[in-house]
Amino acid sequence: MKFTCLSKGGGFHFSPCHMLNVSGFRILLDCPLDLSSLALFSPVPVAHQAHESLDTDSVIRKKQKIEKTLDANDLVHAEPWYKTVKNLHLWDASFIDVVLISSPMGMLGLPFLTRTRDFSAKIYVTEASARIGQLLMEDLVSMHMELRQFYGPEDSCFPQWMRWEELEVLPSELRKIALGKDCEELGAWMPLYSAVDVKDCMRKVQTLKYAEEACYNGTLIVKAFSSGLEIGTCNWTINGPKKNIAYISSSIFVSMHAMDFDFLGLRGNDLIIYSDFSSLDKNMENDDTYFDPVTSSSGRDDVSNLEEMAASLLKDDESAEEIEKLVFICACALDSVRVGGSVLVPIDRLGVVLCLLEQMSLLLESSSLKVPIYIISSVAEELLAFTNIIPEWVCKQRQEKLFSGEPLFAHVKLIKERKIHVFPAVHSPELLTNWQEPCVVFCPNWSLRLGPVVHLLRHWCSDPNSLLVLESGVDADIALLPFKPMAMKVLQCSFLSGLSLQKVQPLLKILQPKLVLFPKDLSCKIQISEANMIFLFSENETLRIPSSKESTDIDIATDLASKFRWKTFKQETITRLEGELFMDHGKHRLLSGFQPANSKQQRPLVHWGSPDVKVLLTELSKMGISGTIKQVTDDAKSEDDAKSENAAAIIDIHDPEKALIDVRETGTVIIAANENLASHIVKAVDIVLDGI
Amino acid sequence: MAIDSLVLGAGQEVGKSCVVVSINGKRIMFDCGMHMGYTDSRRYPDFSLISNTGDFDNALTCVVVTHFHLDHIGALPYFTEVCGYKGPIYMTYPTKALAPLMLEDYRKNMDRRGEDEQFTSDHITECMKKVIPVDLKQTVQVDKDLQIRAYYAGHVIGAAMFYAKVGDAAMVYTGDYNMTPDRHLGAAQIDRLQLDLVITESTYATTIRDSRYGREREFLKAVHTCIAAGGKVLIPTFALGRAQELCILLEDYWERMNLKVPIYFSAVRNFDRSLINAPGPCVLFATPGMIVGGFSLEVFMQWAPSEMNLVTLPGYCVAGTIGHKLMSGKPTKIDLDKDTQIDVRCQIHQLSFSPHTDAKGIMDLVKFLSPKHAILVHGEKPKMATLKERIQSELGIPCYCPANNETVTVPSTHYVKADASETFIRSCLNPNFKFSTYSSVDKSYLDSKYSKAASGLQVSDERVAEGILVVEKGKKAKVIHQDELLLMLGDKKHEVQFAYCFPMHTERLQKTRTEELPSADTLLCDLDKCTLINQLSMKLSNELSDANILDLGEQLQVESFRVSICSKNSCPHRLSHSVHNDSESVFLCCHWSLRDEKLAWKIISIMKSSSPHTT
Repeated sequence: MKFTCLSKGGGFHFSPCHMLNVSGFRILLDCPLDLSSLALFSPVPVAHQAHESLDTDSVIRKKQKIEKTLDANDLVHAEPWYKTVKNLHLWDASFIDVVLISSPMGMLGLPFLTRTRDFSAKIYVTEASARIGQLLMEDLVSMHMELRQFYGPEDSCFPQWMRWEELEVLPSELRKIALGKDCEELGAWMPLYSAVDVKDCMRKVQTLKYAEEACYNGTLIVKAFSSGLEIGTCNWTINGPKKNIAYISSSIFVSMHAMDFDFLGLRGNDLIIYSDFSSLDKNMENDDTYFDPVTSSSGRDDVSNLEEMAASLLKDDESAEEIEKLVFICACALDSVRVGGSVLVPIDRLGVVLCLLEQMSLLLESSSLKVPIYIISSVAEELLAFTNIIPEWVCKQRQEKLFSGEPLFAHVKLIKERKIHVFPAVHSPELLTNWQEPCVVFCPNWSLRLGPVVHLLRHWCSDPNSLLVLESGVDADIALLPFKPMAMKVLQCSFLSGLSLQKVQPLLKILQPKLVLFPKDLSCKIQISEANMIFLFSENETLRIPSSKESTDIDIATDLASKFRWKTFKQETITRLEGELFMDHGKHRLLSGFQPANSKQQRPLVHWGSPDVKVLLTELSKMGISGTIKQVTDDAKSEDDAKSENAAAIIDIHDPEKALIDVRETGTVIIAANENLASHIVKAVDIVLDGI
Repeated sequence: MAIDSLVLGAGQEVGKSCVVVSINGKRIMFDCGMHMGYTDSRRYPDFSLISNTGDFDNALTCVVVTHFHLDHIGALPYFTEVCGYKGPIYMTYPTKALAPLMLEDYRKNMDRRGEDEQFTSDHITECMKKVIPVDLKQTVQVDKDLQIRAYYAGHVIGAAMFYAKVGDAAMVYTGDYNMTPDRHLGAAQIDRLQLDLVITESTYATTIRDSRYGREREFLKAVHTCIAAGGKVLIPTFALGRAQELCILLEDYWERMNLKVPIYFSAVRNFDRSLINAPGPCVLFATPGMIVGGFSLEVFMQWAPSEMNLVTLPGYCVAGTIGHKLMSGKPTKIDLDKDTQIDVRCQIHQLSFSPHTDAKGIMDLVKFLSPKHAILVHGEKPKMATLKERIQSELGIPCYCPANNETVTVPSTHYVKADASETFIRSCLNPNFKFSTYSSVDKSYLDSKYSKAASGLQVSDERVAEGILVVEKGKKAKVIHQDELLLMLGDKKHEVQFAYCFPMHTERLQKTRTEELPSADTLLCDLDKCTLINQLSMKLSNELSDANILDLGEQLQVESFRVSICSKNSCPHRLSHSVHNDSESVFLCCHWSLRDEKLAWKIISIMKSSSPHTT
């Protein structure tokens, strides 16, 4: 098995991406887009302004590379391109056999792959991820269309800003986005796919139900278990004839919206690929959390009971913390609307948005403020409707709502009561007639470069009473550059987006893998003291993992096994196999197949041992065949060795017909003119030799 | 190993479906229904047969419910709350969401009839809390060994067929299913599985239904005629399932025909009773179906005495219900109980809008799954017997239709586990084109491969025979390739071969040879050898059409059989030297291995027959 980490991603919206080679199949794990690099480009309204201010002065300043604080003019004024996983384009897409997608974010880059010629891989996605991912991609395309209308169609396939002269004059922060740390990422930029590409991509996707077994090529069985991060996100198990692998993407034990992290489903796998880099992002900010497993897990060591351990993992304050965060955001929002400001929430985490909607409307209702909530997105309506028909992907408390006849999420009711208004775009006529301020607006995109957020931010950026709620992980300085000067309040909030490091150890204890693939970047922050073998991986480095099993399991049908003709030797009992070998669901099966009567070999084909010529002669005479031994003496060795009397001899058969048997140490040659006689001789030889 | 199926309900009848299957030490109860035709203890399955001590938690691994119809779920609250079963219960999400409504509806009707309350509203709530919902196709690991999976059944919303697997043994319990899509549900879908047993419903064991459109037209015509004459139409249905389909159908028709007659739907919610006797025509869907009581009975009592009215019975009616009485013949009076008698003058229209598969569907499903055994439940005895015969004779699958409280035992698949060596697996996977050379044998084999309904990827043919199974005491059985065997045993290989060197008269074969050439074998030049071999090769390929003959110039090879022209004066493989001086003969020296014994002798006889002068 071979494993290559193509990219460790970055945050919730940019999942890690890996390439896995198992049982001769090449598997791509996730195919995301790095939307944070959109920050390089200038959004529409500012670009307009920028064109005016493009005087010679600034050009000269740029050329002279005078370091100064960034301003909106430094951004690239062009139709944006999109950054894919940097190392993926180094691989030949046509050699990929399987693509496993673990989240809607993880499939945003998929149309780039599926539109390449000769791409023929099977893509497995959970039903919920596929639908949400499709909507996200469609939304992305429609938001991009807006920008494209502004900039007009691109003249050449190679944009101006990608010329080396242009890149060189970019300020260092932006150059880093464009080229990456080591100036190697320019090849990852792509012009966005079209709506047709998205449709085409979705046609090639095979959707799976919760924990549905899918069998690839009769050999690999893949299964998706919920990871708890978002609705529809999953961890994968990949079972082959020699390897059982569990792939853990960013997971959350207890979620407020999505089905909990189903870690018990991942048990019984030999190898775990741990690919939750979320704690990396967190610890970049506050580097104080070196986690010592000895002190904290000492109390847990005596908890041998698996169920107790599982319960202790699920019993948690993390989700309580998350609720507090939401309450805090709502409180801040309330403060803003009280003083007449509006609230803009460009958060693109479906679960968070759904929970915020519920909280926010509750709070607004209790405060008796008549403030409308708007959701502006081309796909919002479909997305909101879809979240209410997938009970198998939402958390237990919400499932209970289904069973008591309520909708899974409260937004259905809120939309009906006209407390929440959903519009496809900022310019839709319904919005214009309904619009009132102050209001709370949820809209894409978190990068602040695409979608309705750009217009609204322009509208409110100078209002000190208004509030902008951002996800942390967004580089606010660069993101807000086009909107400066900002009078608007900004609230940056981090949401739980993966496992915390202190839970890794107990989790591994429950899963009991033989091998763990663990990110090198995280390994310095945690010690995994378990007896499991650990392989550390880092970006763009191929790991070879030795096979844990020497042999392959094979199932032999009992009815077939009972028909075998057994032979007993010193210690072993052996038999030649019959039947047909099948490969089904990763298992080798020997079943009794159709066998023509004449093909059955009654006679051994492989012989060993050395025949005793005298015994052979007696056996022959029992069959009515008589002959004499003609010792061959030209073999010097046989003369010296008294014991090897039977080493080399020729038996002369004269009755019933003439025949010869040439017996030597390593072989016997039967020379006969008559088929019948020859076969009798063979039978006698069979008796004196061991064979099968 | 065996699979025991204890049929607690729906054996040779319809109602109280309940089958307890023991499979490799696991015990699963499929469905837990009640019989709508009885009001005494016979309405529930006889749970004491599962465990006479009442310790159901240890006696059963899990309970699986296929859909929310009362004859499949009706006894569940009784079983969990009154009998005290606390183990896991599985059903699909829609079933879990809708089942409490059905149970509550039924419980209220029992109340109204003044029967003993079998379970309370709280019982239903408590019972539903124990239910673990599953998604379609989700593979649920119930415990270490037992795996279950739901497949879409298309009977009602949420209806599923369940697959259960323990170790190597596997089975499917279909519940009720429908093989033809209708206006609101699709047809049943299931994977091709390797199964020991299929337990299937057989409600319509002998019926082959005509097209849906004909039935729909007939229904609409009957309803339209009635309301056109000012009559009222009563459609007793259960709240969910058929009612939705008929609603869609009627609504569509109403719109097309521009009808204004009201359509009422009374389900769980209260219905304004004054509307029952309001003047003018109307269409009313009333629960429960089969007119077992409740609101549908109430309305029926009021409407039945008028000839203008119509009662439409969609679907199946269980024996003992009023619906069943109406369908079997045309009664003029129905005795409800000792004191009440209903005059029946209204028209009765029977609809075969049942969401059950017909006989063809059952046959199709059983054929598709091709299990080793089949059991029929949920049907009528004589019809089931006919279907059983068909399954046995047409599909060659042993089939049973046990009565209630009978147990059917069928053998289950069991595999011997072994470790296979890398060499063996690789030799099996290698595209080794021995296949074509074995074609004389394989032709019949190829045909049979297609007639055999085994799923999966076939990776080998005759190569399996190169594998050897080794069993050593105290060790796991091991499959190795024959080449590895001797290494393992520590013995040396002893090759057993055949050889035969025989003279052949060459005149007939070598027509091109000129007379002036002297004695044959000493002066036979290489070129002549080649022509001789070439001619032999032609001859052989004529006779042996499917053998792979290799002409190697001086040598001819067919499989392990090799023949060459022997130029030695005394070949050790020669038996007689008498013809040595025959100038017209050459010696052909052959040798071959044990494997190709038959082939070799055939070739020799062909070669010999080509030269009549051979001694």
